Amino acid sequence: MWLRALSMTSAALLMASCNEGVLDPHGPVGKAERVILYDSTAIMLAVIIPVIVLTLAFAWWFRARNSQARYRPDWEFSGRIEMIVWSIPALVILFLGGIAWTGSHDLDPRVALEESKTPLDIEVISLDWRWLFIYPHEGIASLNRLVVPAGVPLRFRLTSTTVMNSFFVPQLGSQIYAMPNMVTRLNLEADQPGTFEGLSAQFSGDGFSDMRFDLVSTATEAFKDWVNATKTQGGVLDARTFEELAKPAKADGAQTYAEVSEGLFDSISIRSMAAVSPPRGQ
Amino acid sequence: MFGRLSWAAIPFDQPVVMIASGTVGFVIFCVLALVTVKGWWPCIWREWITSVDHKRIGVMYIFLALLMLVRGFSDAMLMRSQLALAAGQAQGYLPPEHYDQIFSAHGTIMIFFVAMPFVIGLMNFVLPLQLGVRDVAFPVLNSVSFWLSAAGVLLVNVSLVVGEFARTGWLAYPPLSEVAYSPGVGVDYYLWSLQISGLGTLLSGINLLTTILKLRAPGMGYRRMPIFCWTALASNLLIVASFPILTATFAMLLLDRYCGFHFFTNELGGNPMMYINLIWCWGHPEVYILILPAFGVFSEVVATFSGKPLFGRRSMVMATMVICVLSFLVWLHHFFTMGAGADVNAFFGIATMIIAVPTGVKIFNWLFTLYGGRIRFTVPVYWTIGFMVTFVIGGMTGVLMAIPPADFVLHNSLFLIAHFHNVAIGGVVFGVMAGISYWFPKAFGFTLNERLGKVVFWCWFFGFYLAFMPLYVLGLMGATRRMQHYSNMHWQPLMLVALVGALLILFGIALTVVQFAVSIRRRELNRDVTGDPWNGRTLEWSTPSPPPAWNFSLPPQVDRPDAFWAMKQQQGTVQDRNVKQTYETIQVPRNNPTGFYIAFFAVLLGFSLIWRIWWGAGLGLLGVIVVCLMQAWRTDGEIEVPAEKVAAFERLHGLKEGAV
Repeated sequence: MWLRALSMTSAALLMASCNEGVLDPHGPVGKAERVILYDSTAIMLAVIIPVIVLTLAFAWWFRARNSQARYRPDWEFSGRIEMIVWSIPALVILFLGGIAWTGSHDLDPRVALEESKTPLDIEVISLDWRWLFIYPHEGIASLNRLVVPAGVPLRFRLTSTTVMNSFFVPQLGSQIYAMPNMVTRLNLEADQPGTFEGLSAQFSGDGFSDMRFDLVSTATEAFKDWVNATKTQGGVLDARTFEELAKPAKADGAQTYAEVSEGLFDSISIRSMAAVSPPRGQ
Repeated sequence: MFGRLSWAAIPFDQPVVMIASGTVGFVIFCVLALVTVKGWWPCIWREWITSVDHKRIGVMYIFLALLMLVRGFSDAMLMRSQLALAAGQAQGYLPPEHYDQIFSAHGTIMIFFVAMPFVIGLMNFVLPLQLGVRDVAFPVLNSVSFWLSAAGVLLVNVSLVVGEFARTGWLAYPPLSEVAYSPGVGVDYYLWSLQISGLGTLLSGINLLTTILKLRAPGMGYRRMPIFCWTALASNLLIVASFPILTATFAMLLLDRYCGFHFFTNELGGNPMMYINLIWCWGHPEVYILILPAFGVFSEVVATFSGKPLFGRRSMVMATMVICVLSFLVWLHHFFTMGAGADVNAFFGIATMIIAVPTGVKIFNWLFTLYGGRIRFTVPVYWTIGFMVTFVIGGMTGVLMAIPPADFVLHNSLFLIAHFHNVAIGGVVFGVMAGISYWFPKAFGFTLNERLGKVVFWCWFFGFYLAFMPLYVLGLMGATRRMQHYSNMHWQPLMLVALVGALLILFGIALTVVQFAVSIRRRELNRDVTGDPWNGRTLEWSTPSPPPAWNFSLPPQVDRPDAFWAMKQQQGTVQDRNVKQTYETIQVPRNNPTGFYIAFFAVLLGFSLIWRIWWGAGLGLLGVIVVCLMQAWRTDGEIEVPAEKVAAFERLHGLKEGAV
């Protein structure tokens, strides 16, 4: 009885989750990952549901008061059952291991999507506690709002000014850490226009909960218009204004920059290496 | 004079903290006053604080864990209620700087000061009895281990009132935990309390490992060792192999924080990724340190109450040892999203999944132990069946996250939180609860109230499902861990369901206290006079309940697994097993306050280091060294129990154990 209620409730909950988040992907990476989620869950449920049912059934049938059940006080080994018992999980894992191997390679965050199309390069810098997106070829930057053209592969390079964060847009798929002194890479794509929520998935301090941004996917023309409009308004982002921006502050609203000094991302991703204070004694 | 310590360290401006700590302080004061007025101090000092009896120490570990469960769970209630409120524009009632401390403390306390003492306490109590020996290998060291754990507990709880706790999450990832981003004393509280209690855990691991390897009843080869001892062997091997990694990692972070080193900083070639690798080289074996003994408990319970031997014993032992080895080869699955290449991710993903094979075998073996049994539905069996149903779900979601591309979208989400609570509650907590109700009569001589025990089980069982199934869904909806508020209003109903689940568990915890109280009041009704209330199979049930300080008056002879069951088969009922044997003088270790004194100075040392009170640190260190030296030069370590006294004890309890 309660089992049925439970499964009904969980089914309803699952339905609720299908309209947003990782079960409602809007890009090739997210879609491929959803297939993996569904497939592997189905494979495992094929074993797990029988196990749960058998557990309850055995426990019930072999209860002490059931005089019909045969008591076998010395039965402790059966080579045949042992073999089955080892092979079932082994076979499942063989399947899933295959999925894991091919999935890891196909969906390696560093691998480019759709070789035929020219990707849009985006540089991501996580600040305390905001996201800065630099469009190196367009020479513009945007704070806490990421505008991208739909149907164009996005090639991200990510770093952090201070502590670790994780760049994650659930509806597009894979997340990746943004780490100080290091550059990580990620390839994503939005296959249709829309606004998708992005966030940091790695706790980074007091302002962490507000470290959210909108990823706005538009038609290619609209994106070009946005780039041109951005170039005409907003300030310049250079090393000096960046220092100002890098001071800890909670996220409040989006902002754009008409011009970004060249090589800003690279100087930040190796900044702390370069800005070595001389060793003591020198 | 007092380093960084000043009146400003006490958060007078935070009513929540002041009321909570005031209440706790008042309760502690009342308990101490009661003990003093009643004149119980000499008894407590003699029977418990200075006791080196493994049974007493085991009980104290579990008492400590139960206390800390209440503390850790109150953190959980704060988090669940905050997240039930803080939707949309609402910010809830806990600001980030406070909320961040709460989730860090919750994780730290639940793993290090609830799960660990639970598991170590059970092993402490049960191992020597199951192995048929008189105590652990190093009884005084055992007391030292316990008191070091207690010292860690004290420091963590002091952070509630004096200063602050870490705001970094329970594993304190750098660079966030470095001085540059966490300049306060919170991370220092975290590090020093875990260094001190971690040393206790390591010593305890060495002790229990030596006990299993070197002290077993005559005839008990490894193939005849009870299954709980096997799982404890695996668990303690893991403790001995992995806790030094934790200590070394924390030591490096401490050097960074105190001495300006750059192991994990952003500057001068420091690398935080190194910390993350190292901490999980400890962290992943740690989860098996906790779950393997729980598997052992379930194995004992399922065999005992089915009235038949464990199915596929050899497979079970093999599966345990395979898990023990593999647990060291999977740490990278905690950070697939840190940018490793596809080959590396795939290797660690598949290594992780392979652990599901021996674990699956275990589930099947329990299943076939039930088959053909005559199952008595006692409380431990409820926990075991509840575990089998719940744990497979947690195992499934675990394997799911072991697939790197799936982890790319599930990592750090509430799905992950739901997964590890699924295995930690459904596995470790259920196992410990089963173990407590199973061995309680052995420790205290009467069984726990069954009816209340079943209600407690249902509270935890349904409470768990209500609290964590919504978290699986929220994780899929894109909700991440450690957020203090969220804007998506769709999440709120599920957060409310989770709160209801947590309340149900809270009710279960409260009922546990009631269960103990009721059982103690009605103990004469549930008195265990035979020493074998469950018709057990292993040697601990051959002793009286509670067992004498020396456990076994005569060393039991073992010629097969389930030794006690075999003895009963050969000799008929328990009462008939009288065999004429001559008793010999038994030596038992003398009470020893070394552990308590070391812990006292360790607290002084830790507290002083946290607040940079250097003279206090010097004094604490000196105290520890002096106490150790005094222990090293002691002359009398044991007292003798004359053979007549042993014989008198045996006559009184009307049974003889061992001699076959």
